[in-house]
Amino acid sequence: MTDTDAPLLVAEGLTKYYGRQLGCRDVSFSLYEGEVLAVVGESGSGKTTLLQLLSTQLAPSAGRVRYRLRNGATRDLAELGEAERRFLFRTDWGYVHQDAALGLRMNVSAGANVGERLMAVGWRHYGRIRGTATQWLDRVEIDRDRIDDPPLVYSGGMRQRLQIARNLVTQPRLVFMDEPTGGLDASVQARLLDLLRGLVTELGLAAVVVTHDLAVARLLSHRIMVMKGGEVIETGLTDQVLDDPREPYSQLLVSSILPP
Amino acid sequence: MNAPAYNFAYLDEQTKRMIRRAILKAIAIPGYQVPFASREMPMPYGWGTGGVQVTASVLGPDDVLKVIDQGSDDTTNAVSIRKFFAKTAGVRTTTHTAEATLIQTRHRVPETPLTENQILVYQVPIPEPLRFLEPRETETRRLHALADYGLMHVKLYEDIARHGHIATTYAYPVKVDGRYVMDPSPTPKFDNPKMDDCAALQLFGAGREKRIYAIPPHTRVVSLDFEDHPFEASRTPETCALCGADDTFLDEVITDDKGGRLFVCSDSDYCEKRRGAETAA
Repeated sequence: MTDTDAPLLVAEGLTKYYGRQLGCRDVSFSLYEGEVLAVVGESGSGKTTLLQLLSTQLAPSAGRVRYRLRNGATRDLAELGEAERRFLFRTDWGYVHQDAALGLRMNVSAGANVGERLMAVGWRHYGRIRGTATQWLDRVEIDRDRIDDPPLVYSGGMRQRLQIARNLVTQPRLVFMDEPTGGLDASVQARLLDLLRGLVTELGLAAVVVTHDLAVARLLSHRIMVMKGGEVIETGLTDQVLDDPREPYSQLLVSSILPP
Repeated sequence: MNAPAYNFAYLDEQTKRMIRRAILKAIAIPGYQVPFASREMPMPYGWGTGGVQVTASVLGPDDVLKVIDQGSDDTTNAVSIRKFFAKTAGVRTTTHTAEATLIQTRHRVPETPLTENQILVYQVPIPEPLRFLEPRETETRRLHALADYGLMHVKLYEDIARHGHIATTYAYPVKVDGRYVMDPSPTPKFDNPKMDDCAALQLFGAGREKRIYAIPPHTRVVSLDFEDHPFEASRTPETCALCGADDTFLDEVITDDKGGRLFVCSDSDYCEKRRGAETAA
């Protein structure tokens, strides 16, 4: 097996208890390069807990997450030092929040928002930072004239697109997305999904997308994981799970979508 | 009237020992902000309570003290602190930079180069260079610990994006000894190069924020910048109306209500010295 055939991210028996309250239990899966995994389920099913465990923002009560670094070594994320983890977070990973205000600096310009990661990894040439930021604004379809405006004066859809540009500027291999289209209206959602799908294919990104919107899962993901009450109840190829759900709960989820 | 029986230099000996320990630690880790148990001083916060405590702790009976406020020896803050130590420590005071062994300053570095036998004490209002970029103190400490300073350049980027050049003119962030990013207190950036490889020991005291930091003698102090927008030690392109100096930091003085103005050296001692040399010649 060559290096690139090995999984990028491996979750093994991830379990999280908040005191006596279960967050999620015994979640295991492998994610390969260029693969998009959707995690679906209703509110409180442990989707976001799982995402935070994977991205080391929470420490698991049991289980571990292993990740293949750019140098080819697969490491247990819990063993990485904080500096290494931060470095990973701003180079090889992206994290798209549902609320763009959490993922952006609302009071500094869009250009600086996109450039921040570059400056954090040592870019010290203003012209080049700005040039790269401009390119990325083009790619996420934000008018270049808005580069000096803070996201505070952006619309919801633009903020979300800016957040995506800010995350992708260091060409990460893995992106975590927490309800990336939450709170946007239908036409803006469609545009954002279209953009995301394009970028994911073009850049060969691996992604874990948490969503309660099955349409998002169908459009973006290759594989799907259905969660209920903190546990994974069904997993499989996206079209397979959505067109032919096995578990009663999955059937309920799929059938609860209004026909167009 | 009987003056109250103060200890030498106002603070009690235990307090001075505590502050000296913080100073030693600060010197050992250049640019690192050392927390200390700042005391109430008989002056309001913002008037140099941090600087005064540092001065009181390093002052000895043989020291000659100079106090400057915005470069000048004769403004309120400078006069009252000088009097304070003349009264509580009985030390000799001076206005001449070269004569002083200990100089407490607010927002300027003297124009006359400092020597190995001198200590420069800065009064610092806000010691945290990342404060207005990252409001959480827990987070800024972590950023310092991990030397994660990308944020500082975000500020400089914003300056250029808005004004076309780095418009920060004072409290210009520096990197000390290749490790810690430090706020050089609100000195004009004109003074930043003087902090680099300075022969004198530089101590920074922030009373309200309870922090002490230091630059040991002959330490590398680099002002942050971009490759295509390098740091510039800017000054008003005028000459001093009194001494004619064209290489000093100038204050603008309004002389009437018809738009009359003149520029004079902010360092009053340096200016006087130059004028004295002229009249003698």
